[in-house]
Amino acid sequence: MSIELRNIAKKFGDFVAVDNLNLHIETGELVALLGLSGSGKTTLLRIIAGLETPDTGEVLFHGEDASDVSVRERKVGFVFQHYALFRHMTVFENVAFGLRVIPRRARPAEAAIARRVHELLKLVQLDFLADRYPSQLSGGQRQRVALARTLAVEPKVLLLDEPFGALDAKVRQELRRWLRRLHDEIKITSVFVTHDQEEALELANRIVVMNQGRIEQIGSAEEVYHHPANAFVYNFLGNVNLFHGRIENGRVFLGDTAVELENTHAHAHPETGKAVLYVRPHLLEIVMKPNGKQTFPATVKSINPAGPQVKIELVAEWGDMVQVEIDHERYQALHLEPGANVFLRPKEQKLFVYSI
Amino acid sequence: MVRIALITIAMVFVALFIFIPVIAVFAEALRKGVGAYFAAIANPEARAAIRLTLMTAAIAVPLNVTFGIAASWAIARFDFPGKQTLLTLIDIPFSVSPVISGMLFVLLLGVRAPLGGFLAAHGIRVIFAEPGIVLATLFVTFPLAARELIPIMQAVGSEEEEAAIVLGAGGWQMFFRVTIPNVKWGLLYGLVLCNARAMGEFGAVSVVSGHIQGHTNTMPLYVEILYNDFQFAAAFAVSSLLTMLAIATLIAKRFLERRVVPVKQAQDELAVKVAA
Ligand SMILES: Nc1ncnc2c1ncn2[C@@H]1O[C@H](COP(=O)(O)OP(=O)(O)OP(=O)(O)O)[C@@H](O)[C@H]1O
Ligand SMILES: [Mg+2]
Repeated sequence: MSIELRNIAKKFGDFVAVDNLNLHIETGELVALLGLSGSGKTTLLRIIAGLETPDTGEVLFHGEDASDVSVRERKVGFVFQHYALFRHMTVFENVAFGLRVIPRRARPAEAAIARRVHELLKLVQLDFLADRYPSQLSGGQRQRVALARTLAVEPKVLLLDEPFGALDAKVRQELRRWLRRLHDEIKITSVFVTHDQEEALELANRIVVMNQGRIEQIGSAEEVYHHPANAFVYNFLGNVNLFHGRIENGRVFLGDTAVELENTHAHAHPETGKAVLYVRPHLLEIVMKPNGKQTFPATVKSINPAGPQVKIELVAEWGDMVQVEIDHERYQALHLEPGANVFLRPKEQKLFVYSI
Repeated sequence: MVRIALITIAMVFVALFIFIPVIAVFAEALRKGVGAYFAAIANPEARAAIRLTLMTAAIAVPLNVTFGIAASWAIARFDFPGKQTLLTLIDIPFSVSPVISGMLFVLLLGVRAPLGGFLAAHGIRVIFAEPGIVLATLFVTFPLAARELIPIMQAVGSEEEEAAIVLGAGGWQMFFRVTIPNVKWGLLYGLVLCNARAMGEFGAVSVVSGHIQGHTNTMPLYVEILYNDFQFAAAFAVSSLLTMLAIATLIAKRFLERRVVPVKQAQDELAVKVAA
């Protein structure tokens, strides 16, 4: 089922939680809502589910206005940020709940309910915990029970609010892959909220980057990562070094040095203004000799060789901290020590210019 | 040293003011023998008092619990104009002396008051009759269940209820399958407290009852009459029933408190985690 949001706005008192937002989600898509804490992600999901009424705008399911459709008739599955499992019911009863509340005429027989519940518990690999209570489960197990409970009613749309929020990195990875597989299998239109950009990039067909109740960019992982629409998106997706400078007659100044840069993706190109230069740590190269105006000097502060890449912290000539990631071979070749004076050459950078 | 002293003081007080009197009640009640004890309880007037007390509780407790659930749910879930006023009003019966509560009803519903007069003209007697006793009891027990339930409802939160609705439950299904089970221990606790108060209330009921033997005497009122009549053994026999109710209430209370507190604690822990 496709979802369309038209001019949705929601205020809490004077606070604008969702600001005139438009979004179309195709049938079968897996969309990530990505944004900082408080950017309105949960509020938006709740509006889609009907748990919150927007002040203006409408939600359309399959092209039809859902404003008058009650929550229980919307057939959405909602996995809550804090699971919201029924604490007084066993895992089995939690999963069976959606089936037990079906009006008697349409309700499956007890045996059919039991079969379906065990099927779902097997799907989330928790069949052996059917008799436990939620308080006796680990976070990851609760998460999967919440998912199984939601799937039991065969929703047409799946809304997941930070499904892996409270879990450790390893379990997250596992569940992430599992959700991806599940989605490939049952092709249900899904929206999941996260503030982990890696999760969004890895899982989603499309990513919606939200900020202060508005959408900053919508696109595939490739698009938002490599072609960010604005400084916020670039800054938000992945580690990034930020250099504040000026642009004068088309020349970029960082500190007192004029830096002439190749491969600069400037968004707007005024000739003069405040400029912010964004460079990802792995797109900075360390060289020992200056190379005209394409490099700038820096001093090595600290080196962390643990991990697949060597992380080096430097201080630029004008005082900004700079993070650089290089591979181990390059690191060996450079013979770097803290205190060494080197030059940095951005291989690719984004320039966002603000008029003064 | 200090600890031993304090414990001793506490123990002496408990023995002096609680343990000995309770024993005394039963000792006095049985002073004239088991036969006299049962005769005192089986006396028609005693039976009428017991019946009236049970009936009053049977009406007051369900109404009170119903009100408690409705009020606590509304207060915990919604913001509405007059919420603070409602919270304050709920507490009034706690802050007013029961005797004054009783007089309030006499003033409102006595035969000389307009409303009471109107009812009396239609053959309905409220004051110095059973309805007055039930009303007075309702009034004094009014905050008990609500007070107990409000913090629990607030602690439990609305997420599970929302989950139920999203899963396709109707309003009543949500209420009986999720809301009520989540507060059931608190509800039982409120019910026990309310029942104890309803059966034991003296002040308010005394004012509205008129002490008509065999008609408007509840157990506590009947005890007083017997006592004033120097029928000590009988007075203590009926008292012993109320004492047993009190002991049963205490045991139930202990048991339920243990169930209620973990719910609140678990919620607090969750809240702390979420905040972190
Ligand atoms: N019921 C409410 N009453 C008042 N303000 C609210 C309410 N619900 C949300 N807000 C506010 O709206 C803003 C957006 O909240 P929302 O829960 O949608 O954020 P979020 O993007 O889900 O954040 P997080 O990542 O922390 O879960 C927040 O600033 C929050 O304080
Ligand atoms: Mg949220």
